[in-house]
Amino acid sequence: MDNSGGKSMLNVGKIENGFVLDHIQAGKSMSIYRDLQLGQLDCCVAIIKNAKSNKMGKKDIIKVECPVDIVNLDILGFIDHNITINIIRNGEITEKLTLRLPKEIRNVLKCKNPRCITSIEQELDQIFMLTDPEKEVYRCRYCEEKYTL
Amino acid sequence: MRHLMSPLDFSVQELDTLLNLAGDIQADPAKYAKICEGRKLATLFYEPSTRTRLSFEAAMMNMGGNVLGFSSADSSSAAKGESVSDTIRMISCYADICAMRHPKEGAPLVASMNSSIPVINAGDGGHQHPTQTITDLLTIRSLKGRLDNLTIGLCGDLKFGRTVHSLINALARYDNITFMLISPNELKIPDYIRTDVLEEKGIHFKEVERLEDVLSDLDILYMTRVQKERFFSEDEYIRMKDCYILNAEKMQLAREDMLVLHPLPRVNEISVEVDKDPRAVYFKQVQYGVYARMALILLLLEIKKW
Repeated sequence: MDNSGGKSMLNVGKIENGFVLDHIQAGKSMSIYRDLQLGQLDCCVAIIKNAKSNKMGKKDIIKVECPVDIVNLDILGFIDHNITINIIRNGEITEKLTLRLPKEIRNVLKCKNPRCITSIEQELDQIFMLTDPEKEVYRCRYCEEKYTL
Repeated sequence: MRHLMSPLDFSVQELDTLLNLAGDIQADPAKYAKICEGRKLATLFYEPSTRTRLSFEAAMMNMGGNVLGFSSADSSSAAKGESVSDTIRMISCYADICAMRHPKEGAPLVASMNSSIPVINAGDGGHQHPTQTITDLLTIRSLKGRLDNLTIGLCGDLKFGRTVHSLINALARYDNITFMLISPNELKIPDYIRTDVLEEKGIHFKEVERLEDVLSDLDILYMTRVQKERFFSEDEYIRMKDCYILNAEKMQLAREDMLVLHPLPRVNEISVEVDKDPRAVYFKQVQYGVYARMALILLLLEIKKW
């Protein structure tokens, strides 16, 4: 973790076993909380907003006290590949995961094409496929419309 | 079991098999007259398309099979709010194969994901229309003798014209193809075709606004209708629809062996005077469409092997 917050950083306590999402762009933590469906977890989740960062000026941090494999972190690669994931075991960082773009994103993004079948059949899974890893292009599985933020 | 959603679902070799089979059907239709006896084709047309639906139905009937289905969403359970997934599960109990046209893009794919019979995409919104593409390929190959080393002009509505998108995707796999993309600025090909297909594969193409500028370079001229239903406003449609009209005068600029194709129906983009020109092959194309669909049905029903 970036310790640049020093004395002014709010202390939310150490995690014994879990993971920390660090270097989240300031203000993005709540949308990541929703995208990762962290609200459904029955464990301790801490969101730190606007923490000081030497690298970023301000950043958000999410600490989660549960095994990392319970959460589908693939989507993070799509949201922001600069986020770092620190795995904590026995209170220590034991591993740092690097993010990759997921091949498929399911039920996170919504197709904006008004002619897509998903626009009238709401129960369909919203599926986006990585069609160009270099340009980071995702397309709707059904209508092939490019996803734009 | 296989479905057909996009022309790229089939490899070049598989397409060759299909086109060869279509050629054999054309040469000896009697040999295939009873080959589908006892089989049923369901035509699920959620939007009107007399031509494609009748082509599928004729194809199945030519082979001794039967057809059932509906020709508009109003006369189907969709009007009661039934999902595509539920409809195809039901149809799977009635028929051996199905052709689906739907105004929403991706609807046939949804059907294929829930179907126990082969599903053919007979057109989904502005997205794909693979059987038209197979028809176009069969027409070109039969009349030109090749699918490579061609300069192809695509003219008219290149933005919403799904036949154009599918044809570009299919022909991009053959050697030495050049596309002349002739359209008004407002109806240019979508970015994803330009970047992901043409630029990505290094295919030579040129975008122009005037048909006359490239007509003399073409082996094939593929005309398209400016489709009223693809426009959001009547005014915009009226402004654009007469932009690109092929007439006898323009045909004088074309090579003697250039072929004029059109997915039909025509509105006024090809003057009727061009119909008499031997280079106008759009009505032959309709006949090739039946042979192509016959071959496709036989392969998807696994009556004939790939």
